[in-house]
Amino acid sequence: MLHLPQTVLILGSSALKIGEAGEFDYSGSQAIKALKEEGVRTVLINPNIATIQTSESLADEVYFLPITPEFVEKVIEKEKPDGLFLAFGGQTALNCGVKLSESGVLEKHNVKVLGTQVPVIQNTEDRDLFRNKLDEIGVKSAKSKAVNTVDDAAGFAHELGFPVMCRVAYALGGLGSGIVKDETELRELVGRALRHAPQVLIEESLKGWKEIEYEVVRDQHDNCITVCNMENFDPLGIHTGESIVVAPSQTLTNAEYHKLREIAIKTIRHLGIVGECNIQYALDPESEDYRVIEVNARLSRSSALASKATGYPLAFVAAKLALGYGLHELKNSITKTTSAFFEPALDYCVVKIPRWDLKKFKGVSRRIGSGMKSVGEVMAIAPVFEEAMQKALRMLEIGAVGVVGSEGFESDDLERDLAEPTEERVFTVVQALESGWSVDRVAEQTKIDRWFLARLANIVRLKRELQAGSRGASDALLVEVKRAGFSDHQVAMFTGLTEDEVWNRRAAVGLKPVVRQIDTLAGEFPAQTNYLYLTYNGSQDDAEFPVDNAVLLLGSGAYRIGCSVEFDWCCVNAGQTLRKLGFKTVMLNYNPETVSTDYDEFHQLFFDEISLEVCREIAEKVQPVGVIVSMGGQTPNNLASKLDASGVKVLGTNPDSIDNAENRHRFSALLDELGVDQPEWAELSTYEEAVAFADQVGYPVLVRPSYVLSGAAMAVASNHEELETYLGRAAKVSREYPTVISKFITGAKEIELDAVAKNGEIIVYAISEHVENAGVHSGDATLVFPPQRTYFETVRRVRQVATKVAKALNITGPFNMQFIAKSNAVKVIECNLRASRSFPFVSKVLRQNLIELATRVIMDRPYSKPDKQAFELNHVGVKAPQFSFHRLDGADPTLGVEMASTGEVGCIGEDFNEAFLKSLLSVGYRLPIQSVLLSLGPVESKAEMLPAVRMLAEQGVELFATKGTATFLNDAGVEATPLEWPLDEKSPNTLDAIREGRVDLVINIPKNDQKVELTNGYMIRRAAVDYNVPLFTNRQLAQRFIEAIAARAADDLAVKSWGEYAMA
Amino acid sequence: MTAVTTTSSTSARPGGAPADSHDTRTAARARLVLADGAVFEGRSFGAHGGVAGEVVFCTGMVGYPESLTDPSYAGQLLCCTYPMIGNYGVPPMEREGGSAVGSGDDLPITFESDRIHASALIVNDYSEHHSHWHAQRSLAQWLADEGVPGIQGIDTRSLTMRLREHGSMLGRIEIDGAENPRGFEDPNVRNLVAEVSVAERTTYGSGDRRVALIDCGCKGNILRSLVGRGVEVVRLPWGDDLQGLQIDGLMVSNGPGDPSLVDAAAATIKSALDRDVPTFGVCMGNQLLARAIGAKTFKLKYGHRGQNQPVVECGTNRCFVTSQNHGYAVDTTTLPSDWRPWFENLNDGTNEGVRHSWKPFRSVQFHPEACPGPTDTAYLFDEFVRMIHQ
Ligand SMILES: Nc1ncnc2c1ncn2[C@@H]1O[C@H](COP(=O)(O)OP(=O)(O)O)[C@@H](O)[C@H]1O
Ligand SMILES: Nc1ncnc2c1ncn2[C@@H]1O[C@H](COP(=O)(O)OP(=O)(O)O)[C@@H](O)[C@H]1O
Ligand SMILES: [Mg+2]
Ligand SMILES: [Mg+2]
Repeated sequence: MLHLPQTVLILGSSALKIGEAGEFDYSGSQAIKALKEEGVRTVLINPNIATIQTSESLADEVYFLPITPEFVEKVIEKEKPDGLFLAFGGQTALNCGVKLSESGVLEKHNVKVLGTQVPVIQNTEDRDLFRNKLDEIGVKSAKSKAVNTVDDAAGFAHELGFPVMCRVAYALGGLGSGIVKDETELRELVGRALRHAPQVLIEESLKGWKEIEYEVVRDQHDNCITVCNMENFDPLGIHTGESIVVAPSQTLTNAEYHKLREIAIKTIRHLGIVGECNIQYALDPESEDYRVIEVNARLSRSSALASKATGYPLAFVAAKLALGYGLHELKNSITKTTSAFFEPALDYCVVKIPRWDLKKFKGVSRRIGSGMKSVGEVMAIAPVFEEAMQKALRMLEIGAVGVVGSEGFESDDLERDLAEPTEERVFTVVQALESGWSVDRVAEQTKIDRWFLARLANIVRLKRELQAGSRGASDALLVEVKRAGFSDHQVAMFTGLTEDEVWNRRAAVGLKPVVRQIDTLAGEFPAQTNYLYLTYNGSQDDAEFPVDNAVLLLGSGAYRIGCSVEFDWCCVNAGQTLRKLGFKTVMLNYNPETVSTDYDEFHQLFFDEISLEVCREIAEKVQPVGVIVSMGGQTPNNLASKLDASGVKVLGTNPDSIDNAENRHRFSALLDELGVDQPEWAELSTYEEAVAFADQVGYPVLVRPSYVLSGAAMAVASNHEELETYLGRAAKVSREYPTVISKFITGAKEIELDAVAKNGEIIVYAISEHVENAGVHSGDATLVFPPQRTYFETVRRVRQVATKVAKALNITGPFNMQFIAKSNAVKVIECNLRASRSFPFVSKVLRQNLIELATRVIMDRPYSKPDKQAFELNHVGVKAPQFSFHRLDGADPTLGVEMASTGEVGCIGEDFNEAFLKSLLSVGYRLPIQSVLLSLGPVESKAEMLPAVRMLAEQGVELFATKGTATFLNDAGVEATPLEWPLDEKSPNTLDAIREGRVDLVINIPKNDQKVELTNGYMIRRAAVDYNVPLFTNRQLAQRFIEAIAARAADDLAVKSWGEYAMA
Repeated sequence: MTAVTTTSSTSARPGGAPADSHDTRTAARARLVLADGAVFEGRSFGAHGGVAGEVVFCTGMVGYPESLTDPSYAGQLLCCTYPMIGNYGVPPMEREGGSAVGSGDDLPITFESDRIHASALIVNDYSEHHSHWHAQRSLAQWLADEGVPGIQGIDTRSLTMRLREHGSMLGRIEIDGAENPRGFEDPNVRNLVAEVSVAERTTYGSGDRRVALIDCGCKGNILRSLVGRGVEVVRLPWGDDLQGLQIDGLMVSNGPGDPSLVDAAAATIKSALDRDVPTFGVCMGNQLLARAIGAKTFKLKYGHRGQNQPVVECGTNRCFVTSQNHGYAVDTTTLPSDWRPWFENLNDGTNEGVRHSWKPFRSVQFHPEACPGPTDTAYLFDEFVRMIHQ
């Protein structure tokens, strides 16, 4: 009999960041579901408030607290769990768990780690121990040595001979790793790495070998299976998270596949893992020789991908195994009848492509390598590689229309960009093939397997045939290109037909996609599965259509800067509500890191593109009562008018109103009509007009294109010169759209309103304020709800404006508005007629599900009006951004109108200070602060900061300052040790203080956020990021922080669950 | 053994992609006609000639060279459920000097036998461009060289679902402009085992123990697995009655077709059991052993046709992933009293192997020799070799 634990504590992965993204929400949610099914009480710690795992319906208790040993211990003391899950919250949870175990906390409180045990984790995370374990069973690893000092690293590197690979222990996403070609590079890299981690592995470079992964599951009876293998399109040297990945492997023979499988099982048994893990290999492309690269003894990005690729719920099964079940005692959750002890047989392939946002960062290197820089990913499913690949490239939503026909990714140096790839490598490869390079030549330059390249060349060939046939392309050719994944848009581009003509021709000859089920068994047994995709490589649907009383729900697509787990939360909640209301939910999404692509959440899940063409095809099959576009962020929102025009009913706010809000001219005219103020703006297409307008309204001005979500390509110009350089850049970014210039309002507060309306009447609203002044993108700002420093009068005006706009646009559903407030005057910046980033945050702080309400309203079903108003709350919520600058070599970590954060947390406290400190501690700030380096920028800024700095001094904090700041402070009677500027190269130097860890915090207020060149300020900020020293670059934020630490000590932050706040 | 990468290109392609001499797009139209009247349109690759036989499928994602040379597929048109086939080409025939001095062939190590046994190959998407260091020729070339037709562009998933409901079905491939069969032809009425078994006793390997291997259509890796464990193997024609052969163990191989047509082999097994010779049967060997001891078999609702079949060793928690290809299972209620089930399928609970309660007689319905497929149960050869040493 199983001895089940009573209470299990689950550690989440905190904010989404590069390397640790939505996949851990998915795995954590599955783990909680698995525990609930067993009747085990669950306690979850995760400050990521936008996640599904922190929903009311999942864990019994949720703590929005930092995942640090201190806080976790307090929760353990309070909740007295007897079991602990470490494998579901990425590296964050794993590392925290290892620390708790090492310090004896777990033993002291009688908490048992369930599943893979800590010593096993240590054997996999410590690169030296790991290699020894492999040696014990004769499994090969790269020649290497683990070192703890820079000198040892250099010594061994010389022994191996450069180039060498440096890899960091207790890390993921290749953090701090890289291939270095000489000692200087090595010293720099290892020096930095040792600030983040205790150990670095120096090893022979295997760049160019095939990179292969297996997902392995083992139970306590020693039963072991490999659920899925995957092959990287990009060979070794490019992190798997940065690689295009294909499952199953395509170029491995039976002998290779099963040799690696056998080694995987042998290794995992020897290590003693219980649950799920991932093993990575290097495989020689010229023989069967191999090396094991690493084992990740936890759920990972790859395991989420493998779950979605195969339909095998790895996290769910891993949770059950951790409780003591055997694999053979569990059922395959797709077939419901066959065993969970089996290895899925795929009759399709999947292609995963990472999504990067490197162009958003100033100064970042765009070369990709062994460290992760991507912020999200997409997965496409199809029987053939060509179809999957083309779908996937479109899914990225970076303007690509597929493998061929995509503009804006041209390389001006093919040799270089093939050998040292950027994030646009695949387009460079296609460009090379199109410009006459042979597959062999591209293969030599890139080491990408010829099989993949030949398939891409096949797409190039089809494009040429389409062009040759132009409007007269034969039906046979059309069939062939659709099977190779060409969209109607691509066909139109290459034939000169219009998209509509292509659609009609297809309809006329019956060239339609079929719906396929993912059944894990390749059709061998019948399976009633609802996990579906579309393909042209088939002749009949696997499922029955139409679906009665169905609602089509559009997801958010790839996570990217500006669109992340918050929209997944909205989609999942909308789906759950629809189900409660008796509708059949049909979800469309293609992001493998999401819960909304978990097939057990919906009546049907289509894992496919969110495009007009695909939505129309699905709508034709399903014949839904309508489609909801307001839950998945900007991607579905942008389709509203087109869907409407093609006869698909859009539920909720009328598509024309959506356009009225999105279209700047229409929206502005509407505001004028309503007598609502907005910053002055003009739409301009020449530089002269722009300068004239800027002169007229006065600098600074904000320059931006329309129809963007995350502030892409926006910037602030404070003078003619900046306007000129910026317009040069902006013109390149978006040629079709004229530039919009608005008066940039300085020294103003920014306020957000999230609301739900019905037929133009607001039913519920939530107003939050930013800590930072306007000018920091709302996605990067620290949000406070309910507002603490906003005048009542301002709040009243915000509400009035929102009421007018809601009425004028006749809104039915969720919407979000942003305001700028200066001495009670309120101006509108924008209005989105969809759910926004802050919906989960305000919903959870209020403990009123705004999405459930919005869904009821959209479906015209009864709803209950919220019983509690925000001003009645006895607590405060603070949402703080998570940045990933440490992964983005060279990027300048300043805040501006372009969003740069990759995730967020939201914490609750009895007052602002408490919630604020909890949220900052959750995103990596550390207490206590004993020494600070100050570099306070322009004189006004210095003056504004003075009272706060004085508070620091009064608390006995040691102050260092750059020269000007030091003089200013000393003149004002605050003692600060002056340090030399980086570029002055004199000592005592600021950089040394940072590198040597002599400061606990850096406050650097930039003088001007537009300059790209290497300045002193930039070097200080970058050093802080590289050497893992907390950094503030915003004055308001720094001030609030200093006030907060003066008011509260770290151990004075209450350990209260979400439920406890809600009761109060 | 020389490493061969992609075959040299014969026709210029956009982008210079290497191409096989075969070009699917100019290839002849072809169709698969099933006995139930269904017709699947596609294009031909491989040999230019129609063929009739029994249509079966396999869900393995790798291993087409192994499957095609598996004698168990004799007379069958093999449909791969994995859509892209031919990716890594076909390796050269390489042999291992495993044979005893002065006798027998060297063992093929890159294939399961000396030639393709399946009658045809049915795929969704033939990979015209293959890529692998060990490839010597393309799959299409190999099929053409061996006179075996292929058809591609088939909706193999729909075909598979149709086959699964019928167990298997007769069918034929017709190729435009080629000689095509008119009707259907049931290979199972023939003694297929006789067609694929060795002609005469052949010895492989050496060691202080000798195993007789009844070759019903034996896969190369059964031989390699035994020889590699240091035993001498005498491979016997299916009807060999062991006369004059001194043996320490008996192995009964896999093979094609209907076990009831090879009663001679069952009789040989029975005689060995009577003499207490340690015996190990695989796949058809399992069915023959069952017949030898008087147990019955029955047709499964859904056959087991893949490399991902889970089995559990009865009475334990030990589970294995196995390679399987069978549509019949032993009815354990008909086992003699001294026999008991050994393995069981975790999906449908049907029997996957039987053993004698105390004597060294065992057999499994799955393929411990893998090739293609997982190697989880290779340890059964260790156990067998241990048995013959006792
Ligand atoms: N010896 C090596 N030579 C070249 N590249 C390597 C080597 N070892 C690892 N890599 C590359 O570095 C990446 C990151 O290494 P890995 O150990 O997997 O880091 P992480 O644990 O952060 O995922 C791998 O995905 C691989 O592409
Ligand atoms: N006129 C303005 N004056 C000052 N700051 C502004 C102005 N307009 C926008 N901003 C700042 O720029 C940020 C991004 O602008 P917004 O239009 O919301 O972009 P997005 O569409 O990406 O959300 C806002 O959050 C705000 O901080
Ligand atoms: Mg790792
Ligand atoms: Mg890794």
